[in-house]
Amino acid sequence: MAGGVKKFVVGSFDDEAVLFPAVKNVRKQGYKIHDVYTPFPVHGLDHAMGLRETSLHTAGFIYAITGTCTALGFITWIFTKDWPLNIGGKPYFALPAWIPITFELTVLFSAVGMVLTFCYLCNLAPFVKKHHFHPRATDDLFVMAIECTDKTDDSAVQNFLQNAGAKEVNVQIAETGWWIGRYDKEQKLYKDEQGY
Amino acid sequence: MSLLKYESQQREPLVDGDKNYHQITEDIIGPIEAKPTRLWYIGFWISVALLLFGVYSVYREVVYGVGQWNLNKTIGWGWDITNFVWWVGIGHAGTLISAILLLFRQGWRTGVNRAAEAMTIFAVMCAGQFPIWHMGRVWMAFFVLPYPNTRGPLWVNFNSPLLWDVFAISTYFTVSLLFWYSGLLPDFATVRDRAKTKFRKMMYGVAAFGWTGSTKHWQRHESLSLVLAGLSTPLVLSVHTIVSFDFATSVIPGWHTTIFPPYFVAGAIFSGFAMVQTLLIVVRKVMNLQDYITMGHIEAMNKVIVLTGSIVGCAYLTELFIGAYYSQNIYEMYVFQENRANPFTPYGWSYWLMMFCNVVSPQLFWSRKLRRNIWVTFFMSIIVNIGMWYERFVIIVTSVYRDFLPSSWSTYYSPSIWEIGFYLGTFGLFFTCFFLFAKYFPVIAVAEIKSILKTSGENYKAKMTDIEKKDADRFYQEDVAHAH
Repeated sequence: MAGGVKKFVVGSFDDEAVLFPAVKNVRKQGYKIHDVYTPFPVHGLDHAMGLRETSLHTAGFIYAITGTCTALGFITWIFTKDWPLNIGGKPYFALPAWIPITFELTVLFSAVGMVLTFCYLCNLAPFVKKHHFHPRATDDLFVMAIECTDKTDDSAVQNFLQNAGAKEVNVQIAETGWWIGRYDKEQKLYKDEQGY
Repeated sequence: MSLLKYESQQREPLVDGDKNYHQITEDIIGPIEAKPTRLWYIGFWISVALLLFGVYSVYREVVYGVGQWNLNKTIGWGWDITNFVWWVGIGHAGTLISAILLLFRQGWRTGVNRAAEAMTIFAVMCAGQFPIWHMGRVWMAFFVLPYPNTRGPLWVNFNSPLLWDVFAISTYFTVSLLFWYSGLLPDFATVRDRAKTKFRKMMYGVAAFGWTGSTKHWQRHESLSLVLAGLSTPLVLSVHTIVSFDFATSVIPGWHTTIFPPYFVAGAIFSGFAMVQTLLIVVRKVMNLQDYITMGHIEAMNKVIVLTGSIVGCAYLTELFIGAYYSQNIYEMYVFQENRANPFTPYGWSYWLMMFCNVVSPQLFWSRKLRRNIWVTFFMSIIVNIGMWYERFVIIVTSVYRDFLPSSWSTYYSPSIWEIGFYLGTFGLFFTCFFLFAKYFPVIAVAEIKSILKTSGENYKAKMTDIEKKDADRFYQEDVAHAH
């Protein structure tokens, strides 16, 4: 959902080695980093920005346990209560023979659940559209967006970013959330932004 | 948090040439934006033609029944199940590369994982066709699923390996697809953001799910990839284990053996890597990606081939020892001594062909010179694929063509044109999908290549000579424990 329109100072870096100290200094100055957009996962950047660890793997574990219980519960109910099959007088509760299916469902539930959770948390889905601060953020630039409040002096922030080594600095007024849209349509709100 | 910038110069670069981040995007996304070449069209239409022939062969089988195939009283599983096992095996290399090598932190997987995962998905799609159409009354295929029905409800047999297969193959397909697509999201976003035409912007915009490259999203993405790799690793081992259970849990001499699971898994990875080599040697040449799929990558895969090929060879010899001698079971011994190892019985030739292709020929790769030779590698990859097809043929046909009742021994089983047509049709399906993939998808994981560029790129490695001269303390301070 749309998260509201805010004002950002955007600095684009072309080297992650310059980006790291910049992130550190920006935080030291007390500016609020909205996000940093990178073309590939830069290891350690999440820690540098002070983001907490993701709990996605915990969700994956819970889904996995759900899968295990579903498979075992379902097969047990079918083969001991609903329709017991006498196979050569062997026990109805034939646990060793159920291990393959139990394992497969554990993996299936965990994988599907995690991917859906991932998409939900990151607001990813077909036809979802978001504001992109720089089109080269998925190519070769590391784009830092600093959120401005009423008290922020954006020219000071711009100068600060320039000194920190940013190659391009600009101010953008942007929608922070997501909306349903197509990428071949112009962004009506922000036609004047640079780089588009 | 450390940021390791140094990698020994003893290691071969994984990205050749003078590259930067933008150049990588250009090299890999460029071919998507260009018009397909004449060669692409020729290959694509040949594949479509094969696919259509396959569709017609299957149509005949559906209309006239399984009698269109030359199966007989003892050989109920002929080419059809041979092809099924072969295709499933092919798929295993993709998961090995994307999952197991991720857990082992093998940098070279980044150059080949995307194409190998695509190959996995297409191969499993092809494999799935065989058991489905083998049912004969294919419109009742949904009977294999446990759903509440009006027949009792009468459930499927959860103790049957054939049902385990249904779960294993469908889980494998789903998980591979999710793993592949979640990796594709950032790369689709790259294509979207540099697209010039409206149509491309829209299509890749939809495909990229609105990916921005946010740090938090990357953090979750990394976690997702790691857990999916952790799940896929036992999954891929389980899939071919369960396929081998189709045989091993039966009481047919030649099938009833506990060695099958590891032997099948090793064979699957072996044949899968051969198929990856066949495809990538062509792809790197046609799409001009020699800088990303280097001789080093090809050599690494050849090492896996010689390792898994030797495991397979070891399994064949163990099986021969147990089956032909140690079991002291006359039926088991007859299968091995007569039906397989005796070259003068009707199918003896197929056993020795299999032995030659899978055990003898990969030993060439002990030589570094041959491992790094494109033509030898390409030729060997075809030989291995033929050998692995014969492995399944040997297991299936030589075990059942002479059963316990000699009066029903069939002298020779050769496939009908529609059986062959079905097999060719799956080649058509596989290559049609692969040609479309190579044209419209980033065939190399762009984001992942960028993440290894500064440690493993040729131009960056050249600068590491200075680093190597430093003493250990300075090296650690400046290049390893980069405090942020």
